[in-house]
Amino acid sequence: MDEKEKDYLQDLTEIRSMMEKSSRFISLSGLAGVFAGIFALAGSISAYYIIKNFYIDIWFENDIIQLSKDLVLHLFLVAIAVLLLSLFFGYYFTTKKAKKLGHKTWNKTSQLMLINLAIPLFAGGIFCVSLFLHGQLGLIAPTSLIFYGLALVNGSKFTLNDIKYLGYCEMIVGLIATFFIGWGLWFWAFGFGILHIVYGISMYYKYEHKQ
Amino acid sequence: MKSFISQLNKSFESRIRLGIMSVLMVNESIDFLSLKAMLDASDGNIASHVAALEKAEYLSVEKKFVGKKTSTIYRITILGRTAFNQHLNALEQLLKR
Repeated sequence: MDEKEKDYLQDLTEIRSMMEKSSRFISLSGLAGVFAGIFALAGSISAYYIIKNFYIDIWFENDIIQLSKDLVLHLFLVAIAVLLLSLFFGYYFTTKKAKKLGHKTWNKTSQLMLINLAIPLFAGGIFCVSLFLHGQLGLIAPTSLIFYGLALVNGSKFTLNDIKYLGYCEMIVGLIATFFIGWGLWFWAFGFGILHIVYGISMYYKYEHKQ
Repeated sequence: MKSFISQLNKSFESRIRLGIMSVLMVNESIDFLSLKAMLDASDGNIASHVAALEKAEYLSVEKKFVGKKTSTIYRITILGRTAFNQHLNALEQLLKR
């Protein structure tokens, strides 16, 4: 290959990378998924024990209203902790990967990705609150999985395409869960825990391990 | 081979211009600051290449006021899209040979 040809090849490579870099946020780290999955599993396990203790406590005490309030509060705190820890580590690993690739974390593509993720998540969040207020507790876990899946499919247009398939999986798990009310926590642990870990590891090996 | 070389567009000879056109091909519009961040070049450098591409009518420039600041927004024109596609095809043909 002569010098000129090398130039043309470099031009094409540059064009391809610029098109990708400017339309997709590719610094999303697989490790972010792995950690989110681990926290989701830890959260599910603690939720399992919180609920178990609730039924034991009801057996001995009469103040069911107070106990129910405590239950909701404890589950809410666990959920918030899982969310914050996942976001924190997600941000940490993503900035680290961006730095390695020489990209910026906060740019047009990351903003587009976040907005597109946030819209279905926001709708799903409000819908879950409304389910809670109507006492449809059994549908909350499946609904959160379905809307999370929709958010991933929507956001995948602006980041690594693989996220789309994770989105489909979350939606399928969520839809199956709607037929098995009462098993929500198990489906939730599978969808947010296991799927995240499996996907995170495969993404890590596909995009980050070699580099 | 000669014929393909003649199809390469002189307007796209610099790396910065290739970069600008690539970004515009896949984005509906882009503002100056985002473009600068992506290309990692100086203000003056980008401005002069943008001016050349604008002169060739490959991109359109729009100035907007965001609060008190002006923001310059670039869009690719139909002419620019066609010209860039031709350039890409020529590059590919040269390498296929």
